[in-house]
Amino acid sequence: MLSFKLEARPEASRTMSYLSPLIAVVLTMLGGLLLFSALGKDPLEGFQVFFLNPMRSWYGVSELLLKAVPLMLIAVGLAIGFRANVWNIGAEGQFILGACAATGAALLLEDVSGPQVLLAMIVAGALGGAAWAAIPAFLRTRFNANEILVSLMLVYVAQLLVSWLVFGPWMDPDGFNFPQSKMFSDSALLPMLVEGTRLNLAFVMALGVLVVGYVFMHRSYLGFKMRVAGEAADAARYAGFSAKRMVWFGMLAGGVCAGLAGMAEVAGPMGQLTDKVASGYGFAAIIVAFVGRLNPIGIFFASLLMALLFLGGEQAQLYMSLPASISKVFQGMLLFFLLGSDLFINYRLRMRRTLAKAGA
Amino acid sequence: MKPEHAAAASDAQPRLILQGIRKVYPAVVANDGIDLRVMPGEIHAVLGENGAGKSTLMKIIYGVTRQTSGEMFWEGQPVTVENPAHARSLGIGMVFQHFSLFETLTVLENVALALPGNPDLADLARRIESVSTRYGLPVDPRRHVHALSVGERQRVEIVRCLLQNPRLLIMDEPTSVLTPQAVRVLFETLRRLASEGCAILYISHKLDEIQELCHSATVLRGGKVTGACIPSAETPKSMARLMIGKDLPACVHTAGQADGEVRLKLAGLSQASPDPFGTALKDLQLEVRSGEIVGIAGVSGNGQAELLAAISGEIPLSEAGPVQICGNQAGRLSPDQRRQIGLCFVPEERLGRGAVPSMALSDNAILTAAAAKGLVKHGLIDFRAAKAFASECIERFNVKCGGPAAQARSLSGGNLQKYIMGREIMQAPKLLVAAQPTWGVDVGAAAFIRQQIIDLRNAGCAVLVVSEELDELFEICDRIAVIADGRLSPTRPLAETSVEDIGVWMSGMWPGAESAPAAPSDQSTSDL
Amino acid sequence: MEQSLFTSMLFATLVAGTPLIIVALGELITEKSGVLNLGAEGTMAMGAVAGFAATHYTGNPYLGVLAGMTAGALMSLLFGLLTLTLMANQVASGLALTIFGVGLSAFIGKPFESLTLQAVPAIRIPLLADIPYIGPALFNQQSLVYFSWALLGGVIWFLYKSRAGLILRAVGESPSSAHSIGYSVIGIRYLATTFGGAMSGIGGAFLSVFYTPLWVEGMVSGRGWIALALVVFATWRPLRVMAGAYLFGGVMISQLFIQGSGLQIEVPSQLLSALPYLATIIVLVLISRNQQTIRLNSPMSLGQPYRPDA
Repeated sequence: MLSFKLEARPEASRTMSYLSPLIAVVLTMLGGLLLFSALGKDPLEGFQVFFLNPMRSWYGVSELLLKAVPLMLIAVGLAIGFRANVWNIGAEGQFILGACAATGAALLLEDVSGPQVLLAMIVAGALGGAAWAAIPAFLRTRFNANEILVSLMLVYVAQLLVSWLVFGPWMDPDGFNFPQSKMFSDSALLPMLVEGTRLNLAFVMALGVLVVGYVFMHRSYLGFKMRVAGEAADAARYAGFSAKRMVWFGMLAGGVCAGLAGMAEVAGPMGQLTDKVASGYGFAAIIVAFVGRLNPIGIFFASLLMALLFLGGEQAQLYMSLPASISKVFQGMLLFFLLGSDLFINYRLRMRRTLAKAGA
Repeated sequence: MKPEHAAAASDAQPRLILQGIRKVYPAVVANDGIDLRVMPGEIHAVLGENGAGKSTLMKIIYGVTRQTSGEMFWEGQPVTVENPAHARSLGIGMVFQHFSLFETLTVLENVALALPGNPDLADLARRIESVSTRYGLPVDPRRHVHALSVGERQRVEIVRCLLQNPRLLIMDEPTSVLTPQAVRVLFETLRRLASEGCAILYISHKLDEIQELCHSATVLRGGKVTGACIPSAETPKSMARLMIGKDLPACVHTAGQADGEVRLKLAGLSQASPDPFGTALKDLQLEVRSGEIVGIAGVSGNGQAELLAAISGEIPLSEAGPVQICGNQAGRLSPDQRRQIGLCFVPEERLGRGAVPSMALSDNAILTAAAAKGLVKHGLIDFRAAKAFASECIERFNVKCGGPAAQARSLSGGNLQKYIMGREIMQAPKLLVAAQPTWGVDVGAAAFIRQQIIDLRNAGCAVLVVSEELDELFEICDRIAVIADGRLSPTRPLAETSVEDIGVWMSGMWPGAESAPAAPSDQSTSDL
Repeated sequence: MEQSLFTSMLFATLVAGTPLIIVALGELITEKSGVLNLGAEGTMAMGAVAGFAATHYTGNPYLGVLAGMTAGALMSLLFGLLTLTLMANQVASGLALTIFGVGLSAFIGKPFESLTLQAVPAIRIPLLADIPYIGPALFNQQSLVYFSWALLGGVIWFLYKSRAGLILRAVGESPSSAHSIGYSVIGIRYLATTFGGAMSGIGGAFLSVFYTPLWVEGMVSGRGWIALALVVFATWRPLRVMAGAYLFGGVMISQLFIQGSGLQIEVPSQLLSALPYLATIIVLVLISRNQQTIRLNSPMSLGQPYRPDA
């Protein structure tokens, strides 16, 4: 008889840790085919619409990159914290606060023109996100309150805050009572990179953040300390790395990046603040960070993949009359498969022959 | 299986026979062709140094793990022990080295969990009391385990086994948590059990104990049986040769310096434990001088962890004065700040505290040597320097591993300890604090590590060693003190004391001790 | 007039607290075994949509509850597969479960949006319901409110009086000890996790079948997370779960009463809606401030994976 047995590897497999996301992607696609057939759709058509349609044209690719920008920005920031076991789950709220703060700057500087407007918005966005992330950081370091729950509760509060702003003080007087702010002036909009697309300067900004994130995580002493804190908290304490500083830095990194992403959203494709500003980037970025192995290079590719799932969902809604929320189903599947196949980083399957025992 | 039949024939035949037991783990062969035979009423030693495969063998007998191949016969019948519950139903009991007790539960609940069915608790409490009086193992069934001393916990484990009328009792390194006096009481209990017909498998690496207690012995080395003997007919030296294949290595030890400058001073250190089940430190006084090794003995759980954390800075104090390192009031400094003024610290837990399991040895070098060895420049890590330092450490301290890129968790306990010790020693500390420096390490590596500590002292370093192994402390220390229930005894030069005296001190009874210790525990047994 | 306002507020508080009690007690059992399942929000969402769908098709709200329970149990089995069999990180897997559950429920629930169900009539307990003030609020209630009380009693009995509960607590404290004296840690954790998931499913179904009764995407709106916070707030003690749940229920409905009362107060409605979330944060801070309390009461192996070395 053949049987399989799981056994621990003496060392974590580096190959598997890179292979695992790819396995997860393949399994997700297979899962997608099954899902489409279960829904009575032609699986190949579904695959085509979902995964290929969004990239049919250069414009499609530019939209993909545009969608990936907030994801990669937020995911890098989260990854810095996740590496240190600082679980900032509230990037969605920090994104919203970044968007609100940047909008505030744009509205304040309505009559100013020139690059200083954008600069002010970037600073405001980063600070807005950081401020929202500072709340769980403070409550965790000062009162030991669980940062997962606090940062998450603040997402709901942020959503109510933005709703209050666009229904109240910032509502566009000429907006027919729609919950949205005034459209931004040209100085408050990010310049386009390629004519005829919506891809803007935020993409360059995101790439810059990826590079900085890479150097920080892989070369800097502080990045090293955070990794130690995440992998062995006792060792970090033994070495003398301050746990509180890790929490602060991890939370703030996530907050700043999410705030920047929020700024890029209002100063980019939206051009104004609405109550639907967030649309799940903050949560999707958690998946991006994991699928990207908490590594900026991986995050780059994972954000493209996740953006594809977003766009694929829109395509599926348009052409196959499926709810757009199908993309969230795919996102969830992807993360499940990843977490599952990660088993093989630390374990391997041993096939072995065993003698059939009678009456054992 | 027909237990009645087997029981009827039990007098004539061995209680347990192992034939060709083999157990293969991914990286090692833990047991290889082990044969063993235990008769009723026999106290049988399984002797071997750390990593010889003793614990694995016992886990197989007790059904915690399954052998890869080989046969086991219980009272003449071939048997495959499916799990511990099955083992217990056969009549096999085991007292683990790391107790399998639940701290937040009461003694009664702990015992109930190991019994089949749903025993009536009131009745069970009475049974516990009767067994514990009968065998001289006093325990209060209503107390919570976390409130018990280590010795009391062991009694709970033994009582738990005895309630099931075991016909074979496995004791895994039972004396490592006891004072010498408590060991004698334990031996009485075991002899009494054996005289009633219970077979006992006694796992140990302590030769003198085995000579005193055991009727016969099986010696393991590297997973194989290297010999069987009658301990009373052997000398410790001859058994040691069976155990490690050569004579026990000895350290070159000359007298230390007595008048060096004070490098560590505890001036009335008092500190509550952050662990709700921990021990508070009470007014500790100590001086460790350059050029000497001071040892702190004690049964585990008497405040060692809290003391070490207070010295290392892992738990900072609220005031600076009580811990002074190299002339600095260091109580409020963080571990890395203390390192900068000359402290190096080797913790008891190697994986997860002394080293990050998933990180390469070169990365683990950065953990503590970043400042002393210049491994960080402008906030960025100099990986080449870290690798060079790790390589040098591996070579100088004879660490067997796959090179500086090997993950810490892939090393054996002894080699990782050599690496950590090397990493700290190569930073040329003024004060070295080491906890259980050779715990779980094979004899060769242990001797090497002890020699390194002595050499460091000879070079003028002040050394503090906290250990539960009295033999080790008596081998390397110049002065010795005892920690008991969070209090520290005065130090004595080694020449002016003995294992016996220190053993008494370990129960908190040193001259001038404030009061006879109220709670613990081990004392009550040694009176019996 | 005064009496009816008091009674109706009490009534509404009990109703609002009920899903929290059910979900938090389920999670409490899961956590007592050492498993931290952060997927309650997603599991509730699945329970809500499954419960709504089943009730819509069968017309029987109790089949809806059963469907919600089944959906919740299946979700937690998925979680168990990941964390217990495949040893994935519990925090990450819990988040994955929430993201997946919220997404999948929105996907499945699309056709049911804008449908409504018939309100389930309350069950009146004779005599008791006639007690002035509290009678009509306590004893003329939804069946699941009574169920939550029974569940509380059952959980207390199970944890502190039964042998199975003792084993569960032992596993949560020290899985390696439990393994070495012969208990199947993984099996017990699977059971505890599945129970937690089933309760989350019932909690979700209560929302969509009894409480609103309708299905909208995102209708759980953080209740799963609040239930998780409640377990911490209650320091893993069942009676306090109930007290906390009613406290939150009170906060949740007080904003409705204030908004509906026509009182002229200059407070934006969003601020009132944010109260439950802010209250959660405040409560977490208050209870976590004392680290000793948390350390003494939380299951010691909470969140740590365990695999017996075979």
